[in-house]
Amino acid sequence: MNAIAALSPYSSSAGKTNTERHTLSVLVDNEPGVLARVVGLFSGRGYNIESLTVAEVAHVERWSRITIVTTGSPESIEQISHQLERIVPIHKVTDLTLHGRAIERELAMIKVRGKGENRVEALRLGDAFKAKVVDATTESFIFELTGAPQKIDDFVEIMRPLGLVELSRTGVAAISRGADPS
Amino acid sequence: MSKQMTGAEMVVQALRDQGVDTLFGYPGGAVLPIYDALFQQDSVKHVLVRHEQGAAHAAEGYARSTGKVGVLLVTSGPGATNAITGLTDALMDSIPLVCLTGQVPTHLIGSDAFQECDTVGITRHCTKHNYLVRSIEDLPRILHEAFYVARSGRPGPVVIDLPKDVQFATGVYTMQKNVQHKTYQPRLKGDMAKVREAVEMMAAAKRPVFYTGGGVINSGPQASELLRELVALTGFPVTSTLMGLGAYPASGENWLGMLGMHGTYEANHTMHDCDLMIAVGARFDDRITGRLDAFSPGSKKIHIDIDPSSINKNVLIDLGIIGDCAHVLEDMVRLWRSEAKKPDAAALKDWWKQIDKWRERKSLGFRNSADVIKPQHAVQRLYELTKDRDTYITTEVGQHQMWAAQHYHFEQPNRWMTSGGLGTMGYGLPAAVGVQMAHKDALVIDIAGEASILMNIQEMSTAKQYRLPVKIFILNNSYMGMVRQWQELLHGGRYSESYSDALPDFVKLAEAYGAHGIRCEDPADLDRAIQEMIDYPGAVIFDCVVAKEENCFPMIPSGKAHNEMILLDLADDAGIEMGSIIDEKGKMLV
Repeated sequence: MNAIAALSPYSSSAGKTNTERHTLSVLVDNEPGVLARVVGLFSGRGYNIESLTVAEVAHVERWSRITIVTTGSPESIEQISHQLERIVPIHKVTDLTLHGRAIERELAMIKVRGKGENRVEALRLGDAFKAKVVDATTESFIFELTGAPQKIDDFVEIMRPLGLVELSRTGVAAISRGADPS
Repeated sequence: MSKQMTGAEMVVQALRDQGVDTLFGYPGGAVLPIYDALFQQDSVKHVLVRHEQGAAHAAEGYARSTGKVGVLLVTSGPGATNAITGLTDALMDSIPLVCLTGQVPTHLIGSDAFQECDTVGITRHCTKHNYLVRSIEDLPRILHEAFYVARSGRPGPVVIDLPKDVQFATGVYTMQKNVQHKTYQPRLKGDMAKVREAVEMMAAAKRPVFYTGGGVINSGPQASELLRELVALTGFPVTSTLMGLGAYPASGENWLGMLGMHGTYEANHTMHDCDLMIAVGARFDDRITGRLDAFSPGSKKIHIDIDPSSINKNVLIDLGIIGDCAHVLEDMVRLWRSEAKKPDAAALKDWWKQIDKWRERKSLGFRNSADVIKPQHAVQRLYELTKDRDTYITTEVGQHQMWAAQHYHFEQPNRWMTSGGLGTMGYGLPAAVGVQMAHKDALVIDIAGEASILMNIQEMSTAKQYRLPVKIFILNNSYMGMVRQWQELLHGGRYSESYSDALPDFVKLAEAYGAHGIRCEDPADLDRAIQEMIDYPGAVIFDCVVAKEENCFPMIPSGKAHNEMILLDLADDAGIEMGSIIDEKGKMLV
């Protein structure tokens, strides 16, 4: 069989076999519309976006880095990289997951509301996770937590029964390990 | 050269500096300054179309027949949205266009002003790249960069959206030759180690085939020459997609004809049974592959393409070479020669013996008639009577398009203009206008259907205005023939809305547009009528009344493999119920 397993991610068989999660680091010209081009590519071709972050990384050159976490078969992720490379203002697409273990970090702010036992327990667990309290009232805390996405997922699950009322996450920023740029 | 000028003047100056001699357009409020600048010069010729879709297809026809970038100029709002189909068509077929659109002045953008639309937003998905020019300082760079982006790498359409205040503003224009994009620099030369590997695979192949596509045409005439050389050196059979016809001459002895859904029996069987496929500038489109999991199951596949995303998109490739067709073919030819490679002559001889057996099926055959003109026969006669002339063929979309591809034969690249990827009815007439503008003395024929032609019939006025002697050869079967054929195959012959009712009298229609009309219904009169069309010095609409219910064969039914073609004799004689050929899964496909 030489056919690509599932041509379109919209296909009903897509995502059922060998789905992988990859982090793509995309260096772009920071010009109007560039984010729309990237997002439009994902929606137009039915690719997944698990998270997406974007910010300027070189002010003089006006470059931004977009970090995208996506899922799909290895073939479809290779295709996503190539499709991204076709976008004219994109300089470079690096699949950090193929590159080896990249450092991935995310920042979350978690609002927890509660009194008595729950409040004490939330504070204690926040401490255990090294979360910072950035705002407090007599009936709430806002924790700030930075870490790998899994760590944040864990913390959120723990906080849920203790009165989690709101959550804001930045999405993943990532960089390759070692001395060389990716 | 640096000079103070207005934005509108910069546009015209940049066109001149890019060597543009012709552009196609339609004026409106948001482009009046550019039209004023055009009025005051005569080095760039403006062709007034009658609908902006026509401007886009005309620019495509111009581009495809010359190898240059096609240019169109339209106003904001409806001007831009009308051009969308043509832009999408150019994107799908990789045709270099620069589309200049007017826009409301910058201070009104986002206010839902009259004739405002979000042109860059709308066209982001149907262009290779687009620009909204926010200030006069950016304009000279963007104008030249747009031409670079349109023609470099895999070509495509580029939109420049020009707010009216930017057209009026004054700035410094600097002559910029050879502008490139600072980061967009596609790779032209293939990896030599891979080219070497490809040549080794070719020398070892027992049942090879070249599968070539529009990329060979887009790469320039040099690529076609090199392909011919490589085919001659190796003795391998060669087939082509709809888009690639003419790269290898139809009279060449290694030619198998077109492949794919309506390709020849020999081309598709060769693809199915080959042990080495060398894909050059082709993209494994669904019209080509048929059922993917049964596509050429026993072959190694080499794929040469300038667009890395084409490789491994639909079909897994054993050896992908990223690069421009001409560059890679040149390296292949050089290596093959310098290393004195020889094909496996004995194996190749057996392979050709097998291919000749497939050829004996004469899959393009049809039953001719003395009473009614068969559409295939009409195209064959058209070919015979025009082949020795300087001829360019455009088409609309449908059965007539496939019959044209099967029965009109091309010896040279850039002679065949058809909407392949998008399949746009209404493409052929405006494309013919664009071709004729570029080749004033050539014979330009739009092989059309009676339904398609009505989609952009207004461009007859353009032909009249510029005295363009385009010939519209309508295969009139009173049906949207391909729709009717599919309804026969898939929906029990319930011809829902596919009958071309209330057709105009095409002879009178021609006369109304100041052209010449010919109707022919008698096979015995066909040659004379075609000759009359050729000899007439102006535009002609030829209403060729053909057999109504002729189907286009051979055909790979949707959901079937290359070796499961329907041939005419099978369809006619074996008494096979046409509605039973395509299974439920196939019915879901397009």
